[in-house]
Amino acid sequence: MSALSELYQEVILDHSQRPRNFGPLAGANRSARGDNPLCGDKLELALSVRDGVVERAGFEGSGCAISVASASLMTEAVAGRPVAEAEALFERFHRLVAGDEDAPGAGEEGGDGDDPAVAKLAVFGGVRRYPIRVKCATLPWHTLRAALRGADEEVTTE
Amino acid sequence: MAQPLPRPVPAAPAFDVAGVRRDFPVFTPGLYEPRLAYLDSAASAQKPRAVIDAVSDFYSVSYSNVHRGIHPIAARADAAYEGARATVGRWLGAPRPRDVVFVRGTTEAINLVARSFLRPRLSEGDEVLVTELEHHANVVPWQIVCAEAGARLVAAPIDDRGALLVDELARRIGPRTKMVAVAHVSNALGTVVPVAEVCRLAGERGVPVLVDGAQAVPHGPVDVAALGCDFYAISGHKMFGPTGIGALWARGDHLAAMPPFQGGGGMIRSVAFAGTEYAPPPARFEAGTPHVAGAVGLAAAVEYLEALDAGGAMAAAAAHEEGLLAEATARLAEIPGVHVVGTAPEKLGVLSFVVDGAHPHDVGTVLASEGVAVRAGHHCAQPLMDRLGLAATTRASFAFYNDREDVDALVRGVVRAREIFGR
Repeated sequence: MSALSELYQEVILDHSQRPRNFGPLAGANRSARGDNPLCGDKLELALSVRDGVVERAGFEGSGCAISVASASLMTEAVAGRPVAEAEALFERFHRLVAGDEDAPGAGEEGGDGDDPAVAKLAVFGGVRRYPIRVKCATLPWHTLRAALRGADEEVTTE
Repeated sequence: MAQPLPRPVPAAPAFDVAGVRRDFPVFTPGLYEPRLAYLDSAASAQKPRAVIDAVSDFYSVSYSNVHRGIHPIAARADAAYEGARATVGRWLGAPRPRDVVFVRGTTEAINLVARSFLRPRLSEGDEVLVTELEHHANVVPWQIVCAEAGARLVAAPIDDRGALLVDELARRIGPRTKMVAVAHVSNALGTVVPVAEVCRLAGERGVPVLVDGAQAVPHGPVDVAALGCDFYAISGHKMFGPTGIGALWARGDHLAAMPPFQGGGGMIRSVAFAGTEYAPPPARFEAGTPHVAGAVGLAAAVEYLEALDAGGAMAAAAAHEEGLLAEATARLAEIPGVHVVGTAPEKLGVLSFVVDGAHPHDVGTVLASEGVAVRAGHHCAQPLMDRLGLAATTRASFAFYNDREDVDALVRGVVRAREIFGR
């Protein structure tokens, strides 16, 4: 597979063109805004968090295929997950796109290896060959962390 | 009286683009795979061997600080630096080299004028007039001094093609207008602004004009006297010279009346704790050790362009470049779902476009896989993007060293982007 087709995998194209959990989130009680001033990507993330669990996540905004698909897949991956797990997923996602870690969930005994929403995040492995695009993929996750931590200020990639 | 005989129009000499490309080491065949189609010269231009060698030679055998040494090598450095001032002045049509101030680039030149020229004469309620086309470098420095003085920044509108509405600009020059600042060529759209007319309109009302010439000087020499401007700002790196060097040309009477921009060595006549007497221009505006090697490299870039010009090739180069822009524009416009942004009647060097269903950054990434280097984003012109209702565009920009193969690669890449995203 060429680097380009590894970057723009079918799942990424699908989620960028038909993002899931897109639009206002009813019952949201946490939110944050993310912004990449270099390319003009803007993201508003909303969460409903009850009893330490992210029940649902939704987002609005505009951006490149990588950032929209990343936000879409992230909202699927964190739904129903305890806050601590969602935070841990952030770390692993970051290592996947910026470092050399294999897919989240892969090869973990009794872990979340069979959670299809988490396994799907592996499609972002191609981003690591495009260092300049890493910020596109991680913007939604930084915004998630800000929302979980109740940080008021806008997240920016710069 | 006899009618003058019609003279045959000389055919433009064919432009030897292959020969010119051999002057640029970055285009060495085989260096990039796929072949580098460098369509990002509006961001920064590639460097000919002559510029690289001039900088290297200067550092190798003529290097010293300027304006203070008594040893012979210092005299060589002085001569090189002041010679560079004269050379850069020639490209701008500056009547006197001493009206050319070396700066880091266009951005610093504009900040210098905003701070040293405009700020002292700006009061509450005054206005600074720019256009909707401007690069942030021709917006933010004025905003800063306006905020300090309680003055207002006003923008003259463009039409939907990206052409400046000159009548609208004229209507906005009022009794409170203290400065007009316009791009000569828009970095985001390539629009050529009729700056001579802007200068005439402002001049009639006694309002000084700064021209941001960063995107104009790579395409040919200018004549500041004929334009009638008060200030003309350029960057070396966009006209095939080094980074970190640029020039401000200013009317001599303005420079003579302006306080320093920065304080330090080199810009004084005498210093005492009781007070300091400043050096005359241009030294007054060049505090500290200047970028001597940069100035030498920029002069080498001008000499390279002058040599092209002397062979009659600059006109041919301009025609060649214009042909590439026209061809690329026509071929992209033919691709379904591709929209050219910026269709002013007069354009230079820039082709901005958007692709339905594909974000400009994704288009840029696909183009990169074809070896095509472009810029994607707001091009440091967010007010312009807002005016056009766009977040970003993909921008291909041309210089005389581009060729048909570059256009082919661009078209191939955009078609590929449509295949990937346009479903």
